[in-house]
Amino acid sequence: METEIKLPRREKTGIILHYLGGNWSFFIAAIALAYLNTICNAVIPQIIRITVDGVLDMKELRLPALIQSLLPLEQLRADPLRALWLAAGGVALAAAVRGVCIYGMRVNLAKGSEGFVKKIRDDLYGHILRLSFDWHTSHATGDVIQRCTSDVEVIRTFVCNQLMEVLRTVFVVVLYVGIMLSMNWRLALVSIAFIPISLLASWVFYGKISSRFLEADQAEGALTTCAQENLTGVRVVRAFGRERYELDRFGEKNNHFSQLWVRLGKLLSIYWASGALITCAQVMAVIVAGTVECVNGGLSLGDFLAFVTYNSALAWPVRSLGRVLSDMSKAGVSMDRVGYILRAQEEQDDPGAQSTALSGDIVFDHVTFGYEGQEVLKDVSFTIPWGSTFAILGGTGSGKSTLVHLLDRLYDLKDGQGSITIGGVDIRNIKRETLRRQIGLVLQEPFLFSQTIKENIAVTRPDVPEDELRGCAGVACVDEAITELAEGYDTVVGERGVTLSGGQKQRVAIARMLLQNAPLMIFDDSLSAVDAETDAKIRAALKQRMADATVILISHRVTTLMQADKILVLDGGRVADVGSHAELISRPGIYKEIYDIQMSSDDRALIQERGNA
Amino acid sequence: MAAIDEQEYTKSFDLTIWKRLLPILGRYKKIMVLMLLINSLTAVVDVIIPLFQQYAIRHFIEGKTLDGLPAYVFAYAAAILLEAAMVVGFARRAMHVEMYMGRDMRQDLFRHLQTLSLSFYNVTPVGYLITRVMNDTNRIAANMAWSLTDMAWSLLYILGAFGAMLVLNWRLALVVITVVPVIALLTVYFEPRILHWNRRVRKLNSKITGAFNEGIGGAKTSKTLVIEEQSIGSFRELTGSMRRSAVRASRLNAVYIPLTLFFSSMTVAIVLLQGGYLVVDQVLDIATLSVFVSYAMGIFEPIQALAANLAEFIALQASIERVTGLMDETPKITDTPEVIEKYGDCFDPKRENWEPIRGDIEFKDVTFRYPDGGDNVLEHFSLHIPAGTTVAIVGETGAGKSTLVNLACRFFEPTQGQILIDGQDYRERSQLWLHSSIGYVLQSPHLFSGTVRENIRYGRLDATDEEVEAAARAVSADTVVAKLEKGWDSDVGEGGDRLSTGEKQLISFARAVLADPRIFVLDEATSSIDTQTEQLIQQAIDHLLRDRTSFLIAHRLSTIRKADMILVVRDGKIVEQGTHETLLRAKGYYHDLYSKQFAEENAAKILGA
Repeated sequence: METEIKLPRREKTGIILHYLGGNWSFFIAAIALAYLNTICNAVIPQIIRITVDGVLDMKELRLPALIQSLLPLEQLRADPLRALWLAAGGVALAAAVRGVCIYGMRVNLAKGSEGFVKKIRDDLYGHILRLSFDWHTSHATGDVIQRCTSDVEVIRTFVCNQLMEVLRTVFVVVLYVGIMLSMNWRLALVSIAFIPISLLASWVFYGKISSRFLEADQAEGALTTCAQENLTGVRVVRAFGRERYELDRFGEKNNHFSQLWVRLGKLLSIYWASGALITCAQVMAVIVAGTVECVNGGLSLGDFLAFVTYNSALAWPVRSLGRVLSDMSKAGVSMDRVGYILRAQEEQDDPGAQSTALSGDIVFDHVTFGYEGQEVLKDVSFTIPWGSTFAILGGTGSGKSTLVHLLDRLYDLKDGQGSITIGGVDIRNIKRETLRRQIGLVLQEPFLFSQTIKENIAVTRPDVPEDELRGCAGVACVDEAITELAEGYDTVVGERGVTLSGGQKQRVAIARMLLQNAPLMIFDDSLSAVDAETDAKIRAALKQRMADATVILISHRVTTLMQADKILVLDGGRVADVGSHAELISRPGIYKEIYDIQMSSDDRALIQERGNA
Repeated sequence: MAAIDEQEYTKSFDLTIWKRLLPILGRYKKIMVLMLLINSLTAVVDVIIPLFQQYAIRHFIEGKTLDGLPAYVFAYAAAILLEAAMVVGFARRAMHVEMYMGRDMRQDLFRHLQTLSLSFYNVTPVGYLITRVMNDTNRIAANMAWSLTDMAWSLLYILGAFGAMLVLNWRLALVVITVVPVIALLTVYFEPRILHWNRRVRKLNSKITGAFNEGIGGAKTSKTLVIEEQSIGSFRELTGSMRRSAVRASRLNAVYIPLTLFFSSMTVAIVLLQGGYLVVDQVLDIATLSVFVSYAMGIFEPIQALAANLAEFIALQASIERVTGLMDETPKITDTPEVIEKYGDCFDPKRENWEPIRGDIEFKDVTFRYPDGGDNVLEHFSLHIPAGTTVAIVGETGAGKSTLVNLACRFFEPTQGQILIDGQDYRERSQLWLHSSIGYVLQSPHLFSGTVRENIRYGRLDATDEEVEAAARAVSADTVVAKLEKGWDSDVGEGGDRLSTGEKQLISFARAVLADPRIFVLDEATSSIDTQTEQLIQQAIDHLLRDRTSFLIAHRLSTIRKADMILVVRDGKIVEQGTHETLLRAKGYYHDLYSKQFAEENAAKILGA
């Protein structure tokens, strides 16, 4: 399946605008405050300039007439101390305003950015859960998770940090360059000349180096995997006495990873040094050129000091701008990857779908079905009488899981692929939610959530009374095992249920399903990891508790299958045989063959012997 | 036994913990000293550079002359070039220290982990170990390289700038100094709070990742249970608290940063005022005042950085404790020095001294109790297993069927008594000697990332391609290969994830065959494998059992029936022993177990059908 697509630019912009919705005011406030901060910052050198030139050096000021008229220059010159107080007060005031601006800017940015990312996350999560079963089957979990986490983070950084940074820096550059040009255009040109150099240097460098970062990241991933596999497979390592081999392998990857970084460090050090060099050279150039201008009378000392300040204040943002610009190109790929998920179709019921109680025989009528062109079920017809126990036997890929997935509408039959009816109603006319609530299905590989066992079992009915919950666990033969755990029902299931054995997991999943109180229950090979004895116990308890329930069992175990009222044998997607245990063993076929393999004659004889004794 | 939970780590500063770093620091002593020296020199140059501005104003601008300008430019440029060269020199060394020190620590830890006993692994989650091997070592090394140099630079810059200011005008310098404690106090107050909230945000962030993990991984299950909307609701709650915490964390920063900025600006204002007075009084020239302003503005960042770095550096103690704690973990099973002398250790075996193994195993009056306490599970147990015998161990799930195997493989040692291999107490031989002769196939087979071929070759590293393929054919693993797109060179994925359990089992059988061990242990799975594959596996097992001493922890009737000897385990103890037939005829616990598990009549009775 092609999961890497390229979204048109308009769609990308659309996605961003959509998620910015509701957060606009924060971003606008943040930008406005950032600009105000920059302006205040630009005022301080002017205060120093006026103080130095006008008061301390007693020079003519070359200021716009408006500001000149506002300044009581003659008075200030007469009382330099008062002028100094004014200047200091001005700096302090500017600093205070800046403080408020920075606070407001950061808070607003945080609110906007968190709101933005929350909206994306919530949407993605909801959307993914509503996507079809098929979509989940055909997409690797790890990849989807990465899109929801790393890629979303890249997009957030793009919108909330990089875009903001660019907007801010551009304003700084425009404002400062403007001020400098108005003060002395020749000197301003010296400073401006460095902007493209600095920008280009960091842009080119980061563009070049990003593949190396990727390489180093991958090496780290490989190293972690190596350690992880060694530790999870420690028994294998020991059993083959492969300690030395593992150590060497780890050492090799460890070395490789470290060397990549050291090599990267060499490049980075040059980048850092060149950055320092360009910045310092820019400052030096302005100082030297300014000095010459001053000596030649083109610039006052105050101008000179202001110039030097503006120039230094410009150097760093421009440098980081180059890096930001080169980083921003990565966001496009992440948008494509997230957009791919958002584009997928959610499950939707037909407008006329009903919500009725299930009842009546289940009929598969000429069902033909496949995935991606590969036919799995071929013209399958059979009937499951309501209230009976029905078993399905078949090899891997015979389509037995597909049968029950179709019944639960995890997949839908298309027109011309036959039909499935319950009590005469086509299941496509029943709301998915209604249908699934009434079908208790335990998947082949049930998923337990990282919550307590109690929460896991009670997931469909969180306020279920304790005794009913334990009753279900009892039927699933897992109550005892749970109470033996140190934390009992409050034990938190480790990731993917690692703290429980496979059989325990299956039984917890069965208890969870039982709590659903569904009239139709399906066990998709869900007793495979428990021993035959427990299997039998569970089925006996089930029978006792829900005598009228319709039960569908998929199993390889003859002892399980033979208890069903009817057994369906699937072979390569076709119905090979249907009948009761007695009927099926009376004639040659797959069922009889398997029966013979699993129940060898010696054993039967030996048990017989005991029965007679 | 190691505690699984994160221990409470010492909160207060403890020198003994830091001393543990000395050996590794010693290895990089020279380069670290050089790194710190270069960086300190950088700080000096950084202090000097603003003086060029002062000189320009005083000498050229105020003096109204351009005489000596070329020399000035030359000196200035030289300072800048020196600065750049030192940045290169220092950064390369710091990167070297970070990466190689980290590498060494990782390697040491990994090596140590290879020697720890399986009993340790039984109670220690892998995630816990990975954090130590990867994250903690990285953190220690990065801090040793960068935090240390940053702190040295900050400290020197602060001292240098103050020195320069004191020389230029000590009274004005004192004004600037008064603000230092204010900034330091602010940092000391805010830094831990910011750290606290950042940590909270990080935790929530990993919770969100976890929620995605659960939501996506469990999406199919959620569908069958119709709990999508409920799950979406709790996710929204989680992202809601994330937003609140993140905004809260930013708000702290949003207060802290402008506050320090404000104080530093106030200093500049005071310098301007005081300095201005001095200039008016002609005690100070404008050139010096401008340099003062530069220093006053430049000094606050290093002060903040110093305080923040120091806080982070002290917090490093927890990482050091975690790493050294793991290094202090001792293997529960060790070879004696004499044994190592003769047979080598697990990294450098002296195979030339190894006696060939036949596979005759004898338990001699063995009493055993698991190290984590509890009752004796074996008491004065004696059993002779001649070479080539197949022993099946049966019992209910959780009855303790692995105990005998753990003892025979020396994953655990007897509390009392002896276990003899070929008539010799196995403690007189090296662990590797024994382990190299045991083929171990687990219930849930573990494969490594890499190709099918590499995985099978794990059994014998010097096997040729032909031998690998022959081993696979012997256990029908070639049927797995035939289905794969790239055949033998197909990638099996992380942990063999791209293969089904049955396929992984066949590959792991092939790996065991290639190793050709004298002793073979099979921990049989009760997993959902279709009947055809199961038959292939049965044939493979037949092949593997031939001519070997083997232990089968068995669930399948067909496997059990093949055994020469059956040991029946109940509640951790061996209750019966014999062949399939004698045990059945004895009509004891085995008979119960057997008939309960397999008898159709019994099952019918239970179901009342």
